[in-house]
Amino acid sequence: MALLEVKNIHKAFDGNQVLSGVDIKVNKGDVVSILGPSGSGKTTLLRCINFLEKADDGQFIFEGKEYDLSRIKKADIADIRMKTGFVFQSYNLFANKTVLQNVTLGLTSARKMPKKEAETKALEVLLKVGMDSFRDYYPSQLSGGQQQRVAIARALATDPSILYFDEPTSALDPQLTAEVLGVMRELAKEGMTMIVVTHEMGFAKEVSSHVVFMADGNVVEEGSAKEFFENPKQLRTREFLRISQS
Amino acid sequence: MDVGLKIYTIMFDQNTWELLVSSFPKILEYGVKITLPLAVISFILSTVVAVFVAMIQYGKVPVLRTICRIYIWIIRGTPLLVQLMVAFYGLPLLGIHSNPFVMAVIVFSINEGAYSAETMRAAMEAVPAGQLEAGYCVGMNYMQIMWHIILPQAFRTAFPPLFNSLIGMVKETSLASSITVVEMFTRTKQIAGQSYNYFPLYLEVAAIYLIFCTVLTFIQKKGEAVLGNYGVRK
Ligand SMILES: Nc1ncnc2c1ncn2[C@@H]1O[C@H](COP(=O)(O)OP(=O)(O)OP(=O)(O)O)[C@@H](O)[C@H]1O
Ligand SMILES: [Mg+2]
Repeated sequence: MALLEVKNIHKAFDGNQVLSGVDIKVNKGDVVSILGPSGSGKTTLLRCINFLEKADDGQFIFEGKEYDLSRIKKADIADIRMKTGFVFQSYNLFANKTVLQNVTLGLTSARKMPKKEAETKALEVLLKVGMDSFRDYYPSQLSGGQQQRVAIARALATDPSILYFDEPTSALDPQLTAEVLGVMRELAKEGMTMIVVTHEMGFAKEVSSHVVFMADGNVVEEGSAKEFFENPKQLRTREFLRISQS
Repeated sequence: MDVGLKIYTIMFDQNTWELLVSSFPKILEYGVKITLPLAVISFILSTVVAVFVAMIQYGKVPVLRTICRIYIWIIRGTPLLVQLMVAFYGLPLLGIHSNPFVMAVIVFSINEGAYSAETMRAAMEAVPAGQLEAGYCVGMNYMQIMWHIILPQAFRTAFPPLFNSLIGMVKETSLASSITVVEMFTRTKQIAGQSYNYFPLYLEVAAIYLIFCTVLTFIQKKGEAVLGNYGVRK
């Protein structure tokens, strides 16, 4: 059974149809990469499945429970968010909190975990992303790559069943990108389930188990990473790959 | 006669000096007993009002939000002096009798609250929306995000303008005299009236206001340093 499944998701912004019936299926341990040209609706898709945006229509199945995306209850959203993590393109660290507090806050405030226990957990995940020695820094004192690694630690600390990444490296230079992708590779190896919106073809090719290619709010093509990159079937996909790999 | 000489003659008259020296503690007493408490208590209450009103607007709470807009509209669109008068003559008609000091505190709090609410709202909206979303994504609810993320940052941003309005209020408290509150300025007027020596005493009370505001400015600077700026280099 799939860990997460989205069926027929629709979303329009004032008449502009951004998602027109996208389906996604993610099994436990999968790394699903979502590729596609700018404006194809990738961010909107992730935001809809984490309820930062309200979808107009669609089914959402998570850990065996089915929800109607356009009518989901607040309490269900809260429950699902307790089990998912989100990494933003622009990090969105809490500016008034230190690195350590950024990571513990979701534990102490949302999950009522005792402070000591939360700090132990936080240091464990900060160590994993190589940011443990920056525990008392504020976000403004860190580089973009460091901020993004803290953001990953913040998402990891809550032991999510699935992590969503929205172009986590597109604001970073190549060296910092490598730092962040390194951390994500590690997570993939450990069996973390992830949906990754990315423009990093190398990463998608190497790390993902499944690739979804979107254009104009639709899934144009999908398949295993090997199949997708070595033998793309659609003209649109071939075109996209040619441009992005040149 | 030369103006400078005229002022010099008034100020350095022996009687004037004695009057100034003997009046100083009397004026200061009303400053410390009435003017400062009136300003500080009203300021604190107005900040509480402001936070609630700002949160309602920031959270776009239906109905309450409209009520808040109307409150701000009315308060900002009418003079403080008129509001004091309306309260002074209007509340007793409604069966509410309270002493003028309490009434002044209420009017000042409500008045300043409307202005500070806009300051607070702007400061809250200045916190990037991404942080609110990040809060939701780690499982926090709206109130938790408010408390831990939005309000602390908004307070930091709003601190200088809010403190600015506290300094403004210290001086505006003199309007409370219109509803029979004897505060520092009114006390000065009374003393001056007894001695018929107005000018030096008004200079003296001006100097005391200046001292109060200087001390507050100093506290503001200290406060800003204590609050820090989350590692942002200036
Ligand atoms: N809040 C919004 N209001 C109105 N239109 C929006 C909003 N968010 C996205 N859109 C529109 O939806 C379309 C898809 O946007 P989206 O951000 O999902 O694309 P994307 O695939 O993530 O692109 P990119 O690769 O540039 O990040 C765009 O045309 C965009 O203008
Ligand atoms: Mg995007």
